[in-house]
Amino acid sequence: MADKMDKYSILLPTYNERENLPLIVWLIVNAFSESGNDYEIIIIDDGSPDGTQEAAKQLEDIYGTEIIRLRPRPSKLGLGTAYIHGMQHARGNFIIIMDADLSHHPKFIPEFIRKQKEGNFDVVSGTRYIGSGGVFGWDLRRKLISRGANYLTQILLRPGASDLTGSFRLYKKDVLQCLVDACVSKGFIFQMEMIVRARQFGYTIGEVPITFVDRVYGESKLGGSEVVSFAKGLLYLFATT
Amino acid sequence: MTKLTEWIVLAGLAFSLWITLLVDFFPIRISYEAKEVLWPMPVYALIAFGCYSLATIGYRVATFNDCLEASKSLKQEIKDAREDLTRKGYKFD
Ligand SMILES: Nc1nc2c(ncn2[C@@H]2O[C@H](COP(=O)(O)OP(=O)(O)OP(=O)(O)O)[C@@H](O)[C@H]2O)c(=O)[nH]1
Ligand SMILES: [Mg+2]
Repeated sequence: MADKMDKYSILLPTYNERENLPLIVWLIVNAFSESGNDYEIIIIDDGSPDGTQEAAKQLEDIYGTEIIRLRPRPSKLGLGTAYIHGMQHARGNFIIIMDADLSHHPKFIPEFIRKQKEGNFDVVSGTRYIGSGGVFGWDLRRKLISRGANYLTQILLRPGASDLTGSFRLYKKDVLQCLVDACVSKGFIFQMEMIVRARQFGYTIGEVPITFVDRVYGESKLGGSEVVSFAKGLLYLFATT
Repeated sequence: MTKLTEWIVLAGLAFSLWITLLVDFFPIRISYEAKEVLWPMPVYALIAFGCYSLATIGYRVATFNDCLEASKSLKQEIKDAREDLTRKGYKFD
């Protein structure tokens, strides 16, 4: 078994997550001390003005530099490049990407790992749309938009994965490298492009139902222009994949 | 082949089949009655697809899980995390 050799690098991009960061890190440490896998947490903070980096340093003191690895950047350069930056420092052969705002719960990570081993999948994607997956704190309108957009995407792209815009995923490192190099989109469309290109390149995708709880702390960056950028992203992928 | 070309090819094939049958272009002839049924087919297909889509989306919205339990347990875990981290020397402001 390669079990003993496997290492999981969790990339946590943060922007103004001072309140959430210690909590998510605590939950990750918890999940891994139960599962016993080797791991590291790479925190990529983009110069948050709220003091996220001080919080990160405190965590580094508590958990040590082997577990908590700070790889900050001077200014807000966006989510896509934050992943690339984090990946360059990752020492694991698997990479887990998740939001730091507590909408993704680390308790699912052991399930991702189990799923990955089960089928030797290249990508394991969390999904809100099947099985026991779901959301908390969404009104009818948001559910309708989400389901409608997802249905349209499934019809047009047949991506072989049920949740395209979610960003809670596990990748083999070389697969993520290849996908990141091929993807050009920004923002949450980036997540969609990653999974669609994964299918295009013939990578195998496993799925794990997850619950998505809307952020409790901090500002939501969800804008009204989301629908427009979604439509643009969808058409772009429709014509290029 | 991109998804766009796949769609164009498929739509093109369906359309040509439909039109050739209607205008007797092929040696295969179909009866007048069959044509009566055939010519509004694209409209029926669109309506059927629309209904299927609405029903599917409606069903999925209605059955979208509300993870009340997940939210409750998260709140408890946040409490535990705060206590434990404080014990480990973390300073919340
Ligand atoms: N390093 C870095 N992290 C970012 C940037 N933008 C967002 N993030 C982080 O990426 C994760 C996802 O961003 P969110 O703001 O939660 O985006 P969202 O989930 O689409 O929207 P809300 O949860 O409604 O705010 C969070 O952990 C953010 O802190 C950025 O420019 N740089
Ligand atoms: Mg979020």
